[in-house]
Amino acid sequence: MILHTVNKSPYANQCLVDCLTTAATGDTIILIEDGVYGATAGPLFDKSLPQLSELDIKLYVLRPDFEARGLHLGQSVLHFSLVDDHRFVELVLEADKVLSWY
Amino acid sequence: MKFTIVILGAPYSGETADTACRFAEAVIAQGHNIYRLFFYHDGVHNASSLVTLPQDEIQLPQRWQQLIDQYHLEAVVCIASALRRGVANDIEARRFGKPCGNLLEGFELAGIGELLDAAAHSDRLITFGPSS
Repeated sequence: MILHTVNKSPYANQCLVDCLTTAATGDTIILIEDGVYGATAGPLFDKSLPQLSELDIKLYVLRPDFEARGLHLGQSVLHFSLVDDHRFVELVLEADKVLSWY
Repeated sequence: MKFTIVILGAPYSGETADTACRFAEAVIAQGHNIYRLFFYHDGVHNASSLVTLPQDEIQLPQRWQQLIDQYHLEAVVCIASALRRGVANDIEARRFGKPCGNLLEGFELAGIGELLDAAAHSDRLITFGPSS
């Protein structure tokens, strides 16, 4: 199982889309830094939605980065869990390896 | 568990260094080990002693330095990335006829082989890419 990190906004960069098309069943994705805007980008996810639900991919957002931008999870069509730095470390340990998209 | 953290972003050009430093602190707080910090590409600017900020701003190079000093971490700065960006220790500065070195104490210059070694000997390797 791979943990994917994404640190760019989907409004400015392709890496979230690339990550979504690459992620496999059981993988985990965490949005960090400007990547947290991905948790608000509902329409962008729509194309990948059927694939995402089939693949059972867990979605996380780094809380300090998310709150620093004044965002709210209610804006997303997908289920993201907010996590702190400590949980981020645990997610890295739960995965076999980390793939960073930037 | 042993972690290696790769930092590719310069401080203040984006959030990379701050995120990586927070992650490193969280790793240590949970009782895990950091096998190596590897500063690569623009990440080498984290190791410059010439970085100067207003006193009320976060002093990232010093924050790294404190972490390295307190927990005896190995902090490797890629020598090829560093020299071409104006980061050098006294030996390299002298070798290339520069007036002085500026590598912060606690950091060391070494080759890319140290990254391969870290990848082979760490349980987890995580890369923090540049913000831009």
